[in-house]
Amino acid sequence: MTREEVFEKLNEVFRDVFDDESITVNDATTADDIEDWDSLEHINLVVAVERCFGIKFTMGEVTGMKNVGQMADIILERIK
Amino acid sequence: MMNELAYPFDSDYILKKRKSIKRTLLGEAGGDSGVKRVSKRIAILGGSTTHDVKEVLELFLLNYGIEPVFYESGYAQYWQDVMFDNPELTEFHPDIIYIHTSTRNIKDFPTVKDSADEIDALLEQAYGPFEAMWRKIEGTYHCPIIQNNFEPPVYRLMGNRDVSDIHGRLNFVNRLNGRFYFYAQNHENFYINDICWLASCYGLQKWSDSFYWHMYKYALAVPAIPELAYNIANIIKSIYGKNKKAFVLDLDNTLWGGIVGDDGPDKIEIGQETSVGQMYSEFQRYLKAHKDLGVLLTVDSKNDEENALAGLSRPDSVLKPEDFLVIKANWEPKDRNLVSIAKELNIGEDSLVFVDDNPAERHIVREQVPGVAVPEIGTPEQYIQILDRSGSFEVTNFSEDDLKRNEMYQANVARQRQEASFTDYTEYLLSLDMKAEIKPFVSTYMARIAQLTNKSNQFNLTTRRCSLAEIEEIAGKSEYITLYGKLEDRFGDNGVVSVVFGHQGAFDPGKVPDEDERTQFHVDLWLMSCRVLKRDMEFAMMDELVGNCQERGIKEIYGYYYPTAKNKMVKEFYGLQGFEKVSEDDVGNAVWRLDISEGYEKKNHVIQMNEQ
Repeated sequence: MTREEVFEKLNEVFRDVFDDESITVNDATTADDIEDWDSLEHINLVVAVERCFGIKFTMGEVTGMKNVGQMADIILERIK
Repeated sequence: MMNELAYPFDSDYILKKRKSIKRTLLGEAGGDSGVKRVSKRIAILGGSTTHDVKEVLELFLLNYGIEPVFYESGYAQYWQDVMFDNPELTEFHPDIIYIHTSTRNIKDFPTVKDSADEIDALLEQAYGPFEAMWRKIEGTYHCPIIQNNFEPPVYRLMGNRDVSDIHGRLNFVNRLNGRFYFYAQNHENFYINDICWLASCYGLQKWSDSFYWHMYKYALAVPAIPELAYNIANIIKSIYGKNKKAFVLDLDNTLWGGIVGDDGPDKIEIGQETSVGQMYSEFQRYLKAHKDLGVLLTVDSKNDEENALAGLSRPDSVLKPEDFLVIKANWEPKDRNLVSIAKELNIGEDSLVFVDDNPAERHIVREQVPGVAVPEIGTPEQYIQILDRSGSFEVTNFSEDDLKRNEMYQANVARQRQEASFTDYTEYLLSLDMKAEIKPFVSTYMARIAQLTNKSNQFNLTTRRCSLAEIEEIAGKSEYITLYGKLEDRFGDNGVVSVVFGHQGAFDPGKVPDEDERTQFHVDLWLMSCRVLKRDMEFAMMDELVGNCQERGIKEIYGYYYPTAKNKMVKEFYGLQGFEKVSEDDVGNAVWRLDISEGYEKKNHVIQMNEQ
């Protein structure tokens, strides 16, 4: 899967979880950019991303993620 | 009903799409086959994070026709909220309190150094606060309590010995659960949400994945939340009388393997000879056991009746023709048969569960008859598991009536035959030797009375729904007259079939009555089970009510009719009872009045009253 394809799928997940078709994420996207993205929604997002790519993040990865770019990096690493 | 929320559901999909699912549910005009949703106030008191539990529970409840308003305790404040009367909670006036605790909330477990007495003390220390909290809720809120039990601990310090040794954590948790069940067995408004069983079905290690605890303080894995929420929703919908009442069963490849019309009754697979036959036998035993719970069995099959009966009459068939109240074996479309089954049993179509191995038939029924449960039952080896998890017949209150329900419906069929042999209807009624017991609410019947207020839709004047706690409260108030009616006849005991209560004074029971109002009586609820329609039971009830009113010096009785989608049959009820209409608004809400100051003539002449 290419980085572009990962982002395409991430867009779908974000749109579902936040119920907003206008969302497009990029490397720099953070919780500050999406209105409903609070700590309670974060868990749903993480679970949905995990299920979408068939992976499971470690606690260290989840706590260390600074933006969507880093999330995509971990995904690419895992699904190699 | 949304298929996405029916068992077996896709938890990941629900979690991911929950916002759009909610939009769809709220967008449905009234939802749930046009029935207006009832609003319920649900307090979630958590021992861990409850946010997503609430969000997903809302979806399942909306799908069941219940619109929840939530109160959520602060993080892990479940006990403090109750014991210290958090004003936010008291002002919320919950209809139901759900306590979401888990093994994470047990502070002190025994160690191998503790003596048996010390461990008993630890058990008391863990249990005591819970019971104190439940009693406080019972006294303060008079509402049903749904309480999680405890899931097994994730690790076993002593390995297998952990379950049997009193020092074991698993042993301790099981003992604590035992104490919870003892309380449940002795308190009617108290329901265990069995997360211990749920976790074992889901897989304890996945359920208790500590990632979710350490990251977000969820006591269970977030992906398991839909399973939990669904389980709670089933308890709640059952408390509010939204259980199903009957199975509508296909025959070929549903109750046995093969097609009886083609293969012949000797060749279908049932009984102990083959693995497939054994599997169908087990399924038949599962269905038959439902009869004891008061669930009605019927057949809806594309077959010649002769063949259908031949299949069911095989000596090794667990289910026999007489186990079914209605057998529709013909070549009519199944949806039409299903509608006529509902009519014959005098129950709503939305009380039926349609079980058929053929996806095309399921599709037709689902499309043509909204409100019927049509589970995707999978392959024969999955039938039991899927039907069982569907929660259609979740038992919360089990009354004597449930035990006898099949007999009662059978007696109804016999009565219908008796009726056909009489030309004069009064003569027929007299031939039934009816005896009624009409008395103020007593504790023996409180569960049944509450159940009726939540289940009766058609013969129900105000459609007021009451919890068991409310019924108990009303029964204890002096300004109220309460009556239950039990009817017995030569074909059997119908049990409690009618409930009436009302209050003396002003229309608003909270208001101090003025001079005129002191001799007025307002009928708050009047309902009757449709199984005793046209038996003059409503006149016997009115006679008794008027008698009670006269003893209290009441001069006027006010009756109220509030129309719903289902209670048109009683629109003119008070007119038939001799009341005059006082007013009616544009949607049909009507007020009726009966003056009894000049006397009252009894209307029932066919039922014997209150014999000892």
